[in-house]
Amino acid sequence: MHFEDDTIVALATPFGVGAISVIRVSGEKSIETIDKIFIGKIKLEHCRSHTIHYGKILDSSNELIDDVLVSIFISPHSYTGEDSVEISSHGSVLIVEKIIKVIVENGARLAEPGEFTKRAFLNGRIDLAQAEAVADVINSRNEASFRGARNQLNGLLSQRVNFLRESLINISSMIELELDFAEEDLEFVSLPQVLEKLYSIENEIDELLDSYSFGRIIKDGINVALVGKPNVGKSSLLNYLLKEKRAIVSEIPGTTRDIIREEVAINGILFTLYDTAGMRTTHDEIEKEGVSRSVETVKNADVVVFLNDALTGFTEDLYQQLKSITEEKRIINVLNKIDLVTDSNIPSDVKISAKTGEGIDELFDKLKEKALGTGNYSEKTAIVTNIRHFNSLKKAKEFIENARESIKERLTGEFIAVDLRNAEDTLGEIIGRVTTDDILNNIFIKFCIGK
Amino acid sequence: MKEFDIIVVGGGHAGIEAAIAAAKMGCSVGMVTMDKHAIGRMSCNPAIGGSAKGHLVHEIDALGGVMGLIADKTGIQFRTLNKSKGPAVWAGRCQSDRKLYSEEAERVVSSTQNLEIVEDSVLEAIEENKKIVGVRTGKGEEIKCKALIVCSGTFLNGLMHTGLSSTKGGRFGESPATGLTESLVKMGFVSGRLKTGTPPRLLKNSINWNILEEQPGNENPEPFSLRTPIYEFPYLPQVSCHITYTDPIVHKILEKGFDRSPLFTGLISGVGPRYCPSIEDKVVRFADKERHQLFLEPEGLDSDLIYLNGFSSSLPAEIQFEALRKIKGLEKAEMVRHGYAVEYDYFPPYQIDLTLETKLIEGLYFAGQINGTSGYEEAAGQGIIAGINAALNIQRRPEFILKRNQAYIGVLIDDLVGKSTNEPYRMFTSRAEHRLLLRQDNADRRLMKYGFEFELISKETYHELKEREILIISSKQYLRKRKIQPGQINSFLESNNLSIIDNTETIEKIVKRPELSLRTVLEQSNGYDETILKLLNNEKALQQVEIEIKYEGYIRRQEELVAKIEKIEKIQIPLNFDYTNLKAISTEGREKLNKIKPRSIGQASRISGVTPSDLSVLLVYLKS
Ligand SMILES: Cc1cc2nc3c(=O)[nH]c(=O)nc-3n(C[C@H](O)[C@H](O)[C@H](O)COP(=O)(O)OP(=O)(O)OC[C@H]3O[C@@H](n4cnc5c(N)ncnc54)[C@H](O)[C@@H]3O)c2cc1C
Ligand SMILES: Nc1nc2c(ncn2[C@@H]2O[C@H](COP(=O)(O)OP(=O)(O)OP(=O)(O)O)[C@@H](O)[C@H]2O)c(=O)[nH]1
Ligand SMILES: [Mg+2]
Repeated sequence: MHFEDDTIVALATPFGVGAISVIRVSGEKSIETIDKIFIGKIKLEHCRSHTIHYGKILDSSNELIDDVLVSIFISPHSYTGEDSVEISSHGSVLIVEKIIKVIVENGARLAEPGEFTKRAFLNGRIDLAQAEAVADVINSRNEASFRGARNQLNGLLSQRVNFLRESLINISSMIELELDFAEEDLEFVSLPQVLEKLYSIENEIDELLDSYSFGRIIKDGINVALVGKPNVGKSSLLNYLLKEKRAIVSEIPGTTRDIIREEVAINGILFTLYDTAGMRTTHDEIEKEGVSRSVETVKNADVVVFLNDALTGFTEDLYQQLKSITEEKRIINVLNKIDLVTDSNIPSDVKISAKTGEGIDELFDKLKEKALGTGNYSEKTAIVTNIRHFNSLKKAKEFIENARESIKERLTGEFIAVDLRNAEDTLGEIIGRVTTDDILNNIFIKFCIGK
Repeated sequence: MKEFDIIVVGGGHAGIEAAIAAAKMGCSVGMVTMDKHAIGRMSCNPAIGGSAKGHLVHEIDALGGVMGLIADKTGIQFRTLNKSKGPAVWAGRCQSDRKLYSEEAERVVSSTQNLEIVEDSVLEAIEENKKIVGVRTGKGEEIKCKALIVCSGTFLNGLMHTGLSSTKGGRFGESPATGLTESLVKMGFVSGRLKTGTPPRLLKNSINWNILEEQPGNENPEPFSLRTPIYEFPYLPQVSCHITYTDPIVHKILEKGFDRSPLFTGLISGVGPRYCPSIEDKVVRFADKERHQLFLEPEGLDSDLIYLNGFSSSLPAEIQFEALRKIKGLEKAEMVRHGYAVEYDYFPPYQIDLTLETKLIEGLYFAGQINGTSGYEEAAGQGIIAGINAALNIQRRPEFILKRNQAYIGVLIDDLVGKSTNEPYRMFTSRAEHRLLLRQDNADRRLMKYGFEFELISKETYHELKEREILIISSKQYLRKRKIQPGQINSFLESNNLSIIDNTETIEKIVKRPELSLRTVLEQSNGYDETILKLLNNEKALQQVEIEIKYEGYIRRQEELVAKIEKIEKIQIPLNFDYTNLKAISTEGREKLNKIKPRSIGQASRISGVTPSDLSVLLVYLKS
């Protein structure tokens, strides 16, 4: 249960594409919180209500996340009736998550479903008659997320978290045993053993934490832009990957005019492929528009597949252009149509043929590698996809560290127990369990208690 | 026709505290109990306190209750459990002289003004318009009252089992209480059935003491009550307990009787306590455990009886006897009385409010075992709360509720109401999430202000507390600044093989070292101001200062947590709030909320089955 006046944050616009995203922050400390990460002309705390400010959002290591516009709303003149800040950033999922993460790191917490509306209501910003509607929103969203929780991905995570929580409960039980049943003829815990167990739980939490960036991508997919000069075979590659004739393919350069977006799951990973118009200088108005959209797509892509034609060679000018709109490390140099040549010394990361399929597997590996790093994940690995879960795990880890610290300082069980209980509760939040009797129940089941 | 402000049914541990508190608060109180000489009788273990129970006794004492005083007067062995651990889990426990305990209890009750003992049984509670107005008794009398506190213990339709035979009774040699359950059920209450058991009693001089391991009490016993004059304590000579163990042979014999166990044959329907299983339960559930520990506890200084703690049983008497004769030291033991189990009615406690008043009938209170608890201390803790609230109610004063972060009593009652136990409930320190704050040593600082407010604590005692409080605060301030030089303390540290200090440091900082006590550190230096000289002569204040310095970080963190939680605890829900039409709340959540009718969002948040989104929805409706 959260408290009603802390600072909350959430994405206000629909999650996904969209050129611009709005992140909303509300609560007493919202302006103070954003001031910690926003670099603009003046401090936001000195700004008046309903003003807009341009500036940069930095992450915890002071690296730029994005250029943004920040709007200030001072209580009671905001949607929620509390001090609020709205941040308009670029629409990339990655940027949004990064911004939200750094806001949370600075003291806000993620809003629950319908919470902004609820606060608006509680602060008298919305008509009383809407109570029912608000309640329904809270409830239905919750149900949606509940259904979501049943999918396989979250199922694995729940299992994992549940297991960790139970391991902690076992440790707590051993410690509580000594406190509440000191008189009994029982063997009590050895603390080195507890330390070791806590270590291994902490390691497992670390693994889950590490899976977060991977998990996010699993959930939202990897955005892949297929780019190159006209006629290099972008549409052919798309069709090959989709295993259908989705895009028109022809030997006429400039066939594809608008962006084609298709999703395809390969080895359990969701790819969103964008086939773009071949990039060249053109006077055809329609094609011109297509080219400028290609540029946008490149900007938002997690990975850019830069295609070259084995027959016509490496297009250095286009490569330079790409490097100016996206990071070089996102680009994969792909040489296509290698079925037409016997040998080629054109520089590339992968050589493929969109016609025969040669080299496609290798291309996948490169795609995954670029997007995910080289972590070793399989479909059987539990993965964190949700920033709320990520935060709970991080908090749980801190509590476990505290507990280990208490053990090292030779404090007795009741001090260790406090942090263990907090860690259990925090993990319990992920899987929706908060019951406090679990430890005692576990003791009664496992140990022969009672005179 | 007789008339009292308040009638208390039962002179057990709950009834005693309820009656005395209400009488001292100025109400006329009638304690109706079946046997005057059974007042304060210990049904089971001749002991008071223990882990978490000791905490309860200290709290009852700080509120102005009598359990601590009686235990101090009649204790024949005092120990502090968990002394090797931190102060939050130190717990006092004493062996009592069973006979003296109940005599002292009777004396205390009889000498209380405004309190009359009525030797009779209550057959029926009478209500008018959902308000209690009186009782009808076994002797055919009708007594009027404005409030009724039922503390019936294990007596409601009590049924005692040994082997396959069962006898009606609430306790060995005592009749059950009949009629009352039915009269309450007629009013609309729901009753349930629980069970508990007790071990055999042995003849003292038939035991081979020489070969048994002795367990003496503490050399410097500490009383439960702040009001017990320390120079008179302990009042009685101190004795030891002894320890022995069962073995596989004993278990084999017990197994022979399993076909005649009322427990295993399903004769007993009531649920028993998992933390206090019978010996047959232990043998079955922990089959690979080769031995179970047993304590031989003296029943009193003059008593011939020994209580065999850990050997509670409802197996046939001859099996109990045969088995215990195989136990080391008991080869020739005479069994004076066999163990038995008792089944009794209780009222699932979702039916009471945090004041212990029933939700259904105004002026009707339940306290003690009737609410599903087991144990003298749990009963007494509820008794005093019920007594205080009944009196406050009659005097039209605001109710009295202790919160979870204030007292174990608060945890106890909040758990009862919110979780509505279906097995006998015993207190454990692990039930208290704010354990580091709820210590025995600070029970007075937590609760005595209430005892004083209700005039259950005398002005003198309360002033002593206030003075101590000032001493504690000013000492802490002083020690934060007062420095100690390496030259003053290093020789002491060196001679004790402790690491020395290089620079001048504050006393506060040095005392944080786990291996150093405040007194030793203070003794290394001199020239203190008057405050510290006073502190050195006030053991209780000294202990508080030391604990607060040593565990400052932890205490602060728990206090911060409390402050956070306080916010949702403060959001009240009206008792008549109707959940039935709140469709946005989960079905389970709605049912539970309707049943338990929590007072606050905080209380609601602890009900299992009520989800965080249910609470959000509830908040929205509360506002509208
Ligand atoms: C056999 C047995 C085994 C037990 N074992 C354990 C154990 O292992 N662990 C543990 O913690 N606790 C145990 N207890 C429980 C412990 O004794 C009780 O929890 C505690 O005494 C409850 O206190 P109380 O005030 O609620 O009731 P009690 O101490 O039971 O007192 C009830 C009093 O009310 C009187 N009374 C009841 N009904 C009426 C009526 N209608 N009219 C008039 N007077 C009435 C009775 O005469 C009695 O004096 C056991 C009790 C028994 C009997
Ligand atoms: N032999 C061979 N031909 C290919 C290969 N890939 C594409 N082609 C041919 O190259 C021509 C152009 O292919 P497209 O896929 O339309 O090229 P594009 O890059 O989408 O072109 P625009 O949409 O005009 O920018 C078609 O005739 C394809 O059949 C390949 O790997 N091998
Ligand atoms: Mg094309």
